[in-house]
Amino acid sequence: MSYTDDNGPMMTVDGKPLKRSLAIALRRQKIRALLLISPLLIFVLITFLFPIASMLFRSVENDIVSEILPKTVVALSDWDAQSGELPGEIVYSAFAGDIQRAAKAKDHTRVGLRLNYEKSGMASLFKKTARKAKKWDLEADTPFKNKLIETHKGWADIAVWQTLKTHSSRYTSGYFLNSIDMRKTVSGPEFQPEDRQILVTLFKRTLIISLVITISCILLGYPVAWLLANLPMRQANLLMILVLLPFWTSLLVRTSAWKVMLQQQGVINDLLVALGMIEETGRLALINNQLGTVIAMTHILLPFMILPMYSVMQSIPPTYLRAAKSLGATNWTAFWRVYFPQSVPGIGAGSILVFILSIGYYITPEIVGGNKGVFISNRIAYHIFQSMNWGLAAALGTILLVAVLTLYWAYDKIVGIDNVKLGG
Amino acid sequence: MAIFHQVLRRPVSFVLPMMGLMGGFVGVFFGPTFGSALVGLTLVSTVSVFLAYLIISTQYLSQKVIRLILPVPLAILGLIFLGPISGFFGALYGWFFGWFFYWIYEGGYRAKLHPYLTAGQVLWHYSFRVICGLIFTFLITPILVVMPLSFNAQDFFTFTPEMLRLDPVGYSLKHYQDFFNNGDWQRSFWNSLIIAPFATIISVSLGTLAAIGLSQSHVPAKRAIMAILISPMIVPLIISAMGMFFFYSTMGNFMENTLGLDKNLVGYVKVILAHAVLGIPFVIITVTATLVGFDKSLTRAAANMGAGPVKTFFKVQMPLIMPGVISGGLFAFITSFDEVVVVMFIGSASQKTLPWQMFIGLREQISPTILAVATILVGISVLLLMTLELLRRRSERLRGLSPA
Amino acid sequence: MKYKNTVFATAALSLFAGLALAEEMTIVSWGGAYSKSQLKAYHEPYTANTGVTIINDESAGTAVPKLRAMKEAGNLTWDVVDVEAGPAMQLCDEGLAMEIDHDFMLADAPDGTLASVDFGDFIVSECFIPQIVYSYTVGYRNDMVGSTPPTSICAIFDTETYPGKRSLKKGALSNMEWALLCDGVAKADIYPTLETAAGQDQALAKLDTIKDDVIWWSAGADTPQLLADGEVVMGSTFNGRLFALIEEQNQPVSMLWDGQIYDLDGWIIPTGLSPERQARALHYVRFATDTQRLADQSRWISYGPTRASSALLVDKHAELGIDMAPHMPTDPANSKNTFLMNYAFWADYKDDIESKFQAWLAQ
Repeated sequence: MSYTDDNGPMMTVDGKPLKRSLAIALRRQKIRALLLISPLLIFVLITFLFPIASMLFRSVENDIVSEILPKTVVALSDWDAQSGELPGEIVYSAFAGDIQRAAKAKDHTRVGLRLNYEKSGMASLFKKTARKAKKWDLEADTPFKNKLIETHKGWADIAVWQTLKTHSSRYTSGYFLNSIDMRKTVSGPEFQPEDRQILVTLFKRTLIISLVITISCILLGYPVAWLLANLPMRQANLLMILVLLPFWTSLLVRTSAWKVMLQQQGVINDLLVALGMIEETGRLALINNQLGTVIAMTHILLPFMILPMYSVMQSIPPTYLRAAKSLGATNWTAFWRVYFPQSVPGIGAGSILVFILSIGYYITPEIVGGNKGVFISNRIAYHIFQSMNWGLAAALGTILLVAVLTLYWAYDKIVGIDNVKLGG
Repeated sequence: MAIFHQVLRRPVSFVLPMMGLMGGFVGVFFGPTFGSALVGLTLVSTVSVFLAYLIISTQYLSQKVIRLILPVPLAILGLIFLGPISGFFGALYGWFFGWFFYWIYEGGYRAKLHPYLTAGQVLWHYSFRVICGLIFTFLITPILVVMPLSFNAQDFFTFTPEMLRLDPVGYSLKHYQDFFNNGDWQRSFWNSLIIAPFATIISVSLGTLAAIGLSQSHVPAKRAIMAILISPMIVPLIISAMGMFFFYSTMGNFMENTLGLDKNLVGYVKVILAHAVLGIPFVIITVTATLVGFDKSLTRAAANMGAGPVKTFFKVQMPLIMPGVISGGLFAFITSFDEVVVVMFIGSASQKTLPWQMFIGLREQISPTILAVATILVGISVLLLMTLELLRRRSERLRGLSPA
Repeated sequence: MKYKNTVFATAALSLFAGLALAEEMTIVSWGGAYSKSQLKAYHEPYTANTGVTIINDESAGTAVPKLRAMKEAGNLTWDVVDVEAGPAMQLCDEGLAMEIDHDFMLADAPDGTLASVDFGDFIVSECFIPQIVYSYTVGYRNDMVGSTPPTSICAIFDTETYPGKRSLKKGALSNMEWALLCDGVAKADIYPTLETAAGQDQALAKLDTIKDDVIWWSAGADTPQLLADGEVVMGSTFNGRLFALIEEQNQPVSMLWDGQIYDLDGWIIPTGLSPERQARALHYVRFATDTQRLADQSRWISYGPTRASSALLVDKHAELGIDMAPHMPTDPANSKNTFLMNYAFWADYKDDIESKFQAWLAQ
C-alpha cells in the first residue's frame, strides 16, 4: 500500500512531509468552505442575529429610572425600604430636583409609565406632580417632604417609595419574574396575586396546544406522505399540488376560510344541519376555542409535516418491506419493525418544524382561538402593541426562544439537523 | 402492478350487501330531500340492493347497455318525486351505481392489486385510499370554499341565500374589479412583485453558496453555523419584527442621510433585506438536502478534464442541484410573498405589500377583495407548480433517468 | 387674533410654497369606510389644491407603539396621525405629539369664531386636533331579538330575553364600565368603584354571567361580519360601522343608542419632523379641519363633526342621499344617555385591570 520509511516522517512525492501537506490541504479546504459560507453568515449575523440580540437585551435593561431620577436613586440607597418609615427629607428634596428637571425635559411620563407596570397609579402620580413641580423654587420651597405630600398624597405612601427603590437598578430581573407570574418586591421575588396570574398558564397552553397540533399533523401527514412516496411519480406530483396549494395560499386567507367554515352559522354546521345530523339548536362550537386553533393551525402547518416526511419516505427502498414479508413478517410487523423506523427522521424533521412554527404563530390563534385558544405569542404581541411593555415582551420572547433552542439542540443531537428536508 | 387478472364474478352474497352499504352511505347525503337521514339511508339502500339483484338475476343486457340506461330511470324517479335538482342527482347516482356495481361484481377492485392479497388486505388498501382522500379534502376544502365567496355580490364572507340558490343576483365580479381598479390593491400587488423576487435572489444566491460550503467534508463549527443560518426560522416572528425594526431604522437613516439615497429606494431595500433573511433557512435546508445526494466524483471528473472550479460549478454542479435551488427559491419567494408581520414593522406605507393590504382588508374593513386576490394567486400558484414539475422532468432527462 | 391667524397662514403657505415639487406626505388612519370618507372630504381636494400626494397608512390601531419606536429609532415616516382622544393624550404626555396652538394654527369658523371656541370642550389635550365624534355602541339582529327589541345597553347581560352569542371587544376598556353600569352602579361612581379591587371583581363577576355567550373581537371588521352572518344576536362596535352595515349593506340590523361610549377622534402631528414637513403637516391639518371640510366628511360616514359651526352644515349622504343628521352620535335624540370614558383613569389603571381581565379571560 503506502511507502513507509523508518528513519523519517512519511513524505509526499515533492518531498514535503505528508502530515504537513495533508494539514495544509485540510486547512485550505476549511478556508474554502468558510469563504463560501461567510457572505451569508455575515449577512445573517448583522441583519438578523444582532438586531434580535439587542431586542432581547431589553428584557434586562432598566435604565429609565436611574437616568431620569439620578439623585433620587442615590439618595434612596441609604433608605431601608423595610423599615416601615417614609424616607427622609434628603430623598424628597433630591426627588423634587429630579422631577422638576424631568418635567421640563418632558421625561416624567416615561418613568411614570415604566413604574405603572409595577404599581397602578404611578403614571398619574408622576404626571400630576410634574405639572406642579415646574413652578417650584428648589431653594426656597423646602422642606419638600411636606410640599410633595401636599401636592399628592401618594408621596406619603411607603409602597410608592418601595416601588421606586426596587426598580431603580440599571439592570433588572423584574421582567423575567413578571413573565413567570412573579414580581420583584422589597422583600425579594414573590408571586403575583392570583387573579393576575396568566403567563405560566399561557406558556403551558402554548406547549400543550402546539403538541396537539404536532401530533395531529403527524397522524394526518403520515398516510398522505406514504401515499405520495409510493405512488408513481406522475400521480404523486399531481396529488402534491393538493398539498402545495394550501401551502402557498396566504395564511390570512386560509384563516378566514376556516372562520367561514367553522363558525356556528358556517359551512360545516350548515351542512350537518342540512343532513339532519345535528339539530338547528345544537350547532357545534368549532371555533373561538382551542378546537378552532387546533383545526386551523393543523391545516396551515400540515404541509410542513408532509414535505419532510415525503422526502424521507421516498428514499426508503420498497424492497425492504417485501423482504420482511417474504421472511414471514405480518403486514403490521413488517411496517412497524422495518418501514416505520426508517421513516422516523421524516417524522422528526416535520415535527420540529411544525412545533417551532406553531409556538411562534399569533395571527391565526388571534382570529380563531377565542379566549382559550390563544398562545403566548399573542401576549407578546399584546405587550408590544397595546400595553407597550417592551421589556416584558422581550423577556417572554427570550423564554420562548430558549425553549425553541433547547428543542432544536435536542433534535440536532438525536436526529441531526441536516436530515431536515423540504421536498425536492 | 398485477399482470394477470381474470374476470371472476363475485357471489351474490357479497355483492348485494356491498351495494346496500354503498346505497346507505349515499342515502345519508340524500337524507334532507327525503326528510331525514334515516329515511334516505333505508330508501336508497333498498333501491340499490333491489336494482343489483335485478341485474344479476336477469343477466339480460350487456354491461355497456345497462350502464348507459341506468341513469334514466333514476333521474325520472328523482324528477317525479322530488324535483329537478334531485333528478340531476338521480342521474348522477345512476351513473355511479353502474360503475360501482360492475367494479364490485366483476372484481374490478382487485384488477390493479397483487393477486395474492387477502380480502383484509384489499379492504385495508381501499380504506387507506379513502382516509387519504379525506385528508386531501381537509387540505383543499378551505381553498375551494374561498373561491365562490370571491364572487359574492355582498361585502361579507358569507354564503348568502341567493348564492346557495345559484341565483345570478348573488354573484358579481365587483371584488375582482376592485382589485384591478383600486390603487391600494394594485400598488401593493406591484410592491410584492418587486420585493419578493429581489429577496428571493439574495437568499438563493447567498444561500446556495453557503449550502455548498456547508456540504464540504471539513467545516469547522458546522453545527453552530447551521444553527445561526436557520435561526430566522426559529425566532418567533413578532420578536424578529421588533428587533429588526430598530436595526433597519438605523440603517435606513444612515443610507438616507449619509449616502443620500432616495427615501423610497431605502424603504424597498430594507424590506427586501429583511425578507431575504427570513427566506434563507428554507434555501439552506433544501439545497443542503440536494447536495447530500450529489455525486462528488462528477466534480472530480470535471476537474480531471480541465475545467476550473467556476466552470465546474456552473456547468456540472449547478444544473444538477437546480431542482433543490429552485424549490428553495420558491419557498423563499412564498415566505416574502406571504409575510405580514415583519413588513408592517419595517416597511412604510409606500412599501405596502399584498399581505399587508390583505391584513387591512381582513381586520379593518370587510372586503372579499382579499378572497378575489387569493383566487387569482391560487391560479398563479398552479402555474408555478406546473413550471416546477416541468423543470423536474427536465432535470430527470439531464441526469439520464427515465421518467418514473 | 384674526390678524395673527392670517399671518400664520401666510407664513405656513410661503414656507410650503418653497418646497420642491412632487411632494408626498404619509397620513395614518384607520382604513375602510373611515379612510374613504377622509379621502373624499380631505385628501382629494387637498391634493387638487396643492399637488401634494397623500399616502394612506392604515396603522392607526398601532399608532402609539409605532410612533414610540420610530422616535426611539430616529426614523419618522409619518406626517399626520389620526388617533382617538385617549392615545392622543398619551402621545402628548410622552412628548411624541406636537403641542398645538389651536387658535393660531387652525382656521376660524366662517363667522370669525375662534377655533378654540368652535371646537369647545373637544380639545381634550394641547396636542389634539379634534376631527369627529363617534360612539362605541351595540348593534343587534332584528330577526333574532323577538318582538321586544332591546332598548337598554344592559341587554348585553340579559341572556334570558336575548339568548345567543354577543360579540364584545377583547379588552377591559368599555366592558368593565358597562358591567358595573348594568350591575346597578351609578354612572358617577363607576370609576371610583373600578379603582378598588372589590369594584374590579364586581365588574368581572358581572361579565362572568355572560362569559360563555361572548365572542371576543379584536378587529374592527369583526362585529359587522358576525352580525351579517347571524353568528351573534348583538355586538359592540363603532356607530359608523353599524351605519354602513344597516344603510349601505341593507342588513337586518339596528343600533342601540343607550349607554354608548362617546369618544373623539382627531389628528396629532408627531414631534421631530423637519421644519418643511412640519409646515406641510400643519398646512394640511388647517385645511382638513376647517368648517366646510369637517361637514363634508359627515356626508360619507355617520360620525359627527367636532366644530359647532360644521354641525349646521351636515347634509345628506353623498351616495345614499339620506339625511345624515339623525345618524350622528351628536344628534340630541341619540345622545340622551351617553357615557364618557375617563382617560386619566385608564392611563393609571389600564395595565393592572387589563392584566386581571386577560387572566380572567384565560381561565
